[in-house]
Amino acid sequence: MQRSSVLAAEAASYRKIVAAGEYWVDVVKRDACLRIVDLEGNQAADTLLFSASDPADRYSIADTMRAQRNVYLSAGSKLLSTAGNVLAEIVADTVGRHDTLGGACSSESNCVRYALDRMTMHACRDSFLLALAEHARFGLTKRDLTHNINFFMNVPVTPQGGLEFADGLSGPGKYVELRAAMDVIVLISNCPQLNNPCNAYNPTPIEVLIWDR
Amino acid sequence: MSIEAIFHEALIEGGKHWSLSLRGGTLLRLIDVNGGANVGMLLYNPHNLLERYNAPDTLKCQHTFKLTKGHCLYSDMGRIFCSIVEDSVGWHDTVCGNSNKALVAQRWGDKTYQTCRNDWTQNGHDSFLVEAGKYGLGRRDLAANVNWFSKVSIDDTGAMTFGSGNSPAGALVDLRFEMDSLVLLHTCPHPLNPAAEYPRAPVRVQLGRCAPAAADDYCRNSHPENARGMELTELYRQCARGGI
Repeated sequence: MQRSSVLAAEAASYRKIVAAGEYWVDVVKRDACLRIVDLEGNQAADTLLFSASDPADRYSIADTMRAQRNVYLSAGSKLLSTAGNVLAEIVADTVGRHDTLGGACSSESNCVRYALDRMTMHACRDSFLLALAEHARFGLTKRDLTHNINFFMNVPVTPQGGLEFADGLSGPGKYVELRAAMDVIVLISNCPQLNNPCNAYNPTPIEVLIWDR
Repeated sequence: MSIEAIFHEALIEGGKHWSLSLRGGTLLRLIDVNGGANVGMLLYNPHNLLERYNAPDTLKCQHTFKLTKGHCLYSDMGRIFCSIVEDSVGWHDTVCGNSNKALVAQRWGDKTYQTCRNDWTQNGHDSFLVEAGKYGLGRRDLAANVNWFSKVSIDDTGAMTFGSGNSPAGALVDLRFEMDSLVLLHTCPHPLNPAAEYPRAPVRVQLGRCAPAAADDYCRNSHPENARGMELTELYRQCARGGI
């Protein structure tokens, strides 16, 4: 479901452009709003959330999809943790549908999916690992890299049980906005994938904006 | 595939949990004794517990939402823990996760051990925490699990429907382990099962030896991705300690 935000970009307390192949990680305080903008369209923003006070309680694709009885995320979706707590809610979305089934790309999965010589191509899970190494204060390691959200990505499930990677529904300037329900660590990889249409074979920048409560 | 030299067999009642470490070359058969069973399963590399079953990687590389014969279960490292070499059911879920204490209490009532002894109503989430803890694993190591014998289908809007009656009595699934694997499992109800009473469906587990995947193996050839996954797994077995 598409729903516009009431927040003005000029009033944001924080703005940062994140290039493709880079990561963004920080604590978003309870009741603050985080907007991710697909600046040029057809990008994928691979996103993980953790409770800042108890990072072992983190985003769970299974609990989130099951609780809303639907595999797609959009405005109104509550992002649930493994323990069933609400980490954040999607409060605005000008795209209409986001994926949380497809996971993050990795050099190993690229080898399986495309060709064995893709082992050294840059991938989201490399960005995640570097982010954790460079932000040791969060105490997170590979153990914590659970299944993520792919904002702006379109992965339709067919009634026969198939999974397709379709052209994105997103476009230049479209955005998704979360309101944190508790203090959360948000980790984003701006996807560098060059092997499939998740970002139109052309990874582009995203912008992250935050409005404090 | 026939199961050669069965060396162990066990009946696991409904609502219980178990774990076992399997060598590559083992065949694990699960039999839904009375129909309507659910087996939650998570997989880890016992030689490197950071390598674990990854449902999104498994689904996207085989362009599937359901699991059935011909599919392989992948780790996050691009390797295959096991292949589904036989399946009489046709659809197994790996996205809906587990029942938890609150869900079981709300739907079926919280029957405690104090009052009900081993007929208490255990849940899948806590079952995995118990089994994971035996190997030094915990909340940070949980992932989206397989729910063998359970079907959840998706309509055009993305809405989920639980497939009641998906698995008849005697249904079976055969898993050929391609590498050493730590297997955590439970027989607690699927979290979307709408049954009026707590479903308590027993599962028979058989373990045997099996031949490795041949060049013309069905799972290896069902998707080009699986041929590459098999190659990466075979490379690992050649190079790493603990391989077959």
